[in-house]
Amino acid sequence: MQDFSYVSAQTVSEAVSLLDENGEKARILAGGTDLIVQVREARRDVGLMIDVKSIPEVNVLDYDDDAGLTLGAAVECYKIYAVDAICNAYPGLIDATKIIGGTAIQGRAGVGGNLCNASPAADCIPPLIVLGATCVIAGPNGERELPVEHFCTGPGQTALEKGEMLVSLKIPAPASNSSSFYLRFIPRNEMDIAVVGAGASVTLDAAKQTIVSARIALAAVAPTPLFAEEASELLAGREVSDAAIDEAAQAAQAIARPISDMRGTAEQRTHLVGVLTRRALNGAIQRI
Amino acid sequence: MARKSHVQTTINGETVEFLCESRQSLLEVLRDELYLTGAKEGCNNGNCGACSVILDGRLVNSCLVLGVETEGRSVETIEGLAEPDKLHPIQDAFLENAALQCGICTPGFIMSAKALLDSNPNPTEHEIRYWLAGNLCRCTGYDKIVKAVMDAAQETSA
Repeated sequence: MQDFSYVSAQTVSEAVSLLDENGEKARILAGGTDLIVQVREARRDVGLMIDVKSIPEVNVLDYDDDAGLTLGAAVECYKIYAVDAICNAYPGLIDATKIIGGTAIQGRAGVGGNLCNASPAADCIPPLIVLGATCVIAGPNGERELPVEHFCTGPGQTALEKGEMLVSLKIPAPASNSSSFYLRFIPRNEMDIAVVGAGASVTLDAAKQTIVSARIALAAVAPTPLFAEEASELLAGREVSDAAIDEAAQAAQAIARPISDMRGTAEQRTHLVGVLTRRALNGAIQRI
Repeated sequence: MARKSHVQTTINGETVEFLCESRQSLLEVLRDELYLTGAKEGCNNGNCGACSVILDGRLVNSCLVLGVETEGRSVETIEGLAEPDKLHPIQDAFLENAALQCGICTPGFIMSAKALLDSNPNPTEHEIRYWLAGNLCRCTGYDKIVKAVMDAAQETSA
């Protein structure tokens, strides 16, 4: 493996200074389940790994019924699904954290790293988008926030600028009569990468007959995970019905621009967007 | 030659010091520096689980951990399982059930099973199969391994 230096940063400002001084060759190390493999396979040129796991802000896991969730960027998957209140509030995010790799991967990998790795097929990103998550980013000029749907800019590319790092994710408290769901299509039962992934969150009225609002997001059908904004908006105010859900699924299919590769053809992926969007929406509604 | 760091960690209950380069994985440190060759290199990318060890109580792939990251932490490997005159119940169960053939994946499976039984002493067959999904075996077809873990669970929780 390429030779590199290693620093265990103790504060956000130390990590930011190191990133700023070392530019493109510095890389944040959290769980390392993507980064270490990329460096070993010479797919990423890294001169300095900045381990952030000793920094308190990136380890925060704090849920409050009113304030919602603050999820530090280095919190491992297994810690998230161990908290019942978080499982109840954000079941769509839990669906994703439980299917990323196997047990050993979930012991190291986290949602923040899954986001920063910016794979188009990342399982955590559609749930973050449908749950309205915000990225808290620290940089040389202070802190800024960015809606998660604007974070990925291409395969492996993010909106992080020189010297910037993801500190945490903020997810608002769920509305009453709402829930979320994420699923993916893979040809096996587990330990695989999504051919297509779909996440949905739905809020119903008190009578649970009418959709107040919904959000739909897709993975592995474009260079970045997609927020299906039109498909989401056309559900607002509609009665819960197969017809409404079919319309949303078609609108989601319309924005998919998948490639054909070893995992599936563009045609199969476009078909799957329809199937999985329907299942994600119905899954979220059934959980309410 | 790259600069080496001094690392102090606990391995199988004993304080251990070693020198390693930043780029050396925990697996490389265990095998090449400390001569603990129980953990195996299979895929070296997190898919096969042959290098599974327990780090601060959590199952990890040692090929995806840097040796320098283990400063001040606690590592359990297959070498720490048996007592001098007695195998660990999971090791016994693997022998009794003939849950190994070539043996390369076995230390990883046993460490993975130990992490499971430490956190869930009475897992269902379904839970065992999902927990072990990150450990690959190309010989047995898995049934004997799953049976061995079920037997070990009965033995240790009885």
